[in-house]
Amino acid sequence: MATDLVTWPGTQEAVETTRRPLVDKLHEWVATVDHKRLGIMYILYGLMFLLVGGVEATIMRIQLSAPHKDFVSPQVFNRMFTMHGTTMIFFVAMPLVFGLANYLVPLMIGARDMAFPRLNAFSFWLTAFGGILLYFSVIGANGLYGAGNAPDVGWFAYAPLTSRTFSLGHSTDFWTLGLLVSGFGSIGTAINIVVTILCMRCPGMTLGKMPLFAWLNLVMGGMVLMVVSPLTAAQIMLAIDRYLGGHFFDTQAGGSAVIWMHFFWIFGHPEVYVLVIPAFAVASEVIPVFSRKAIFGYPIMVAATVGIGFISMSVWAHHMFTVGMTSNANAFFALSTMAVGVPTGIKIFNWLGTMWGGKIEFKTPMLFCIAFLFQFLVAGLTGIMQSVVPFDWQLANSYFVVAHFHYVIVGAILFCLFAAFYYWYPKATGRMYNEAMGKLQFWLFFIGFHLTFDFMHIPGLLGMPRRIYTYEPGRGWGTLNLIVSIGVVFQAAAVLLFAANLIWSYFRGKVAGNDPWDAWTLEWTTSSPPPAYNFAVIPTVKSRRPLWDLKHPEDPDWKYE
Amino acid sequence: MSVATVTAFEPELRWGPSARGRLGMYYLIVAEAAIFSIFVVAYLFYLGKSLTGPTPQQVLRVPVFFTICLLSSSVTIHLAVRFLRKARTGAFTAWWLLTLVLGATFLAGTALEWRHLIYEEGLTIQTNLFGTTYYSLVGLHAFHVLMGLLALSIVFIFALLRKVTSEHAERVDTLALYWHFVDTVWVVVFLVVYVIGR
Repeated sequence: MATDLVTWPGTQEAVETTRRPLVDKLHEWVATVDHKRLGIMYILYGLMFLLVGGVEATIMRIQLSAPHKDFVSPQVFNRMFTMHGTTMIFFVAMPLVFGLANYLVPLMIGARDMAFPRLNAFSFWLTAFGGILLYFSVIGANGLYGAGNAPDVGWFAYAPLTSRTFSLGHSTDFWTLGLLVSGFGSIGTAINIVVTILCMRCPGMTLGKMPLFAWLNLVMGGMVLMVVSPLTAAQIMLAIDRYLGGHFFDTQAGGSAVIWMHFFWIFGHPEVYVLVIPAFAVASEVIPVFSRKAIFGYPIMVAATVGIGFISMSVWAHHMFTVGMTSNANAFFALSTMAVGVPTGIKIFNWLGTMWGGKIEFKTPMLFCIAFLFQFLVAGLTGIMQSVVPFDWQLANSYFVVAHFHYVIVGAILFCLFAAFYYWYPKATGRMYNEAMGKLQFWLFFIGFHLTFDFMHIPGLLGMPRRIYTYEPGRGWGTLNLIVSIGVVFQAAAVLLFAANLIWSYFRGKVAGNDPWDAWTLEWTTSSPPPAYNFAVIPTVKSRRPLWDLKHPEDPDWKYE
Repeated sequence: MSVATVTAFEPELRWGPSARGRLGMYYLIVAEAAIFSIFVVAYLFYLGKSLTGPTPQQVLRVPVFFTICLLSSSVTIHLAVRFLRKARTGAFTAWWLLTLVLGATFLAGTALEWRHLIYEEGLTIQTNLFGTTYYSLVGLHAFHVLMGLLALSIVFIFALLRKVTSEHAERVDTLALYWHFVDTVWVVVFLVVYVIGR
């Protein structure tokens, strides 16, 4: 009964465009300022680098699958973990998160575009060229013999390893400049997201009636402004040290290596929340729709997110318990780290409360979100374990830490991103994805994830340090490392299946219609894919679920909110 | 169809699309402030930690005149925008030019100070930690002044071509916000470098 009501009243169907030559189409994409096209470009760019970063991880896992392997040299191994970490954070996770925000935020708040469309395009191309700059090091960083190649200083690039003395050639310069350029892109996008959400909402959409997706991205944008900027400042200092002979991180001249750690982690830890809050945003949209219930505890969800935003900015030095801070500093950062678990726990209970008593539909996006709930819980618990300072002294820089943060970044963030891609794929392409392939991908990835990252905790507890390129037999690490490496096979198969699903469904998928999920937010009132102007008539909303009000005029939400 | 139920009702938005330029500038200022605070922290952290001379006490002279120039340019730009709002474009152009001149004077002052430090005191960015942090912090600020001057000049050229009218007051005021920020940062840098650090 609801199908004919789904289109916003007064909206015309998008006019079919005529066929044009390929060069024209490509030119349109390159020169576009449309938030939807930029969003898609962000996502395709991120997915491309996901494959690159995945290959780097696979090379590392082949090397570590048994003791005393020589699949790659120690030098290449160093480059692999540096490029894997840098790529996955800055050129996979950030673009994917920004892509989703770009594509969805204007649609969800009933706007025709972002607040600054040209700034949006500028920021995307900055991010894109940042990644190209980083990878150009492979052919461009030809310094002294044997030193010119991909960066090999680790993704957090501790001083003094990054100084001219220890990092010859130009590889570290490419790392610095790549992150500097993409950092400016991130700041531009963050300004755009925040201003769009505050200024471009449709009539009736007060802050308290915004979809949670918009709210969480608002917090994310605000955080990016305050945490990416310190990284930018630190990269400028590093560039001054390397190019102009400055002494910021030069211990020989009285400089401090520890202050680089502080500056890096002031960025580095909140960055995790910059990435996971958009993942929360996805879960907050997907879980209610597939539980057929409104989100449980909307105001508490908003408050908890803002709380996470604040607290997460004062936890950074828990990465540095082993450098010898004062006990007071250790105590402060241990307590703040434990405190950040509280609002996060509140959110998990709210998602469970949403599912409780709901009519749950186990579609692929929902499967990814349910797995996310449990995996994120485990990731949070191992995080609390490491906030205990003596425990961290034992396990810092071990594979336990690696397992912990991959549990967050893969188990929570990537799972939610997969959920988002499946959930909004029909909206972006107009076609349904293949559900059977989607479910198979979920199970493959789920099994691969747990094989890899569950078993990665144990060698860490047994004392295996991170970043070693090989290890001795007879330490009890061999079998566990083999299992970890086998998990990669499943994950790689799952990612390839995901790519195949996207491509196959684009041409052969069932036509989706405007609203395949019977969902409640404004993007589902537009045609799939939405026209360039999004809404012919700017909608007016009265509640948090405007489509529910449209579909159920006899029992609208705004009577209860 | 329930078209009738969708009637326009009171929008309760505090910010509309017209405020987006101003808001965007505010958030740019937030990001810039974060960058500056890291440099200020580095400056304070490395105070007195240089292994060799010269020290700030030996070589730094307080740039009182140039500071007055920069701070008063905040007043002149404010007056310029006020005249533009009242559609008095002649007065706007004059005050805007004065702002440009004051900003350029400040920049020249920084250049003279650096020239003195480099050629007469022998302090470069490579000399010691003081040199590194001093030239970075003051240089970062000078770079922002330079960017501001470029933007002011563009508006000035348009004003000479009589393309700036009172309807642009809001946009010009957004640029003035950036200029005020650059001035405010100088107050902080001045306190840190010439008062606390000296």
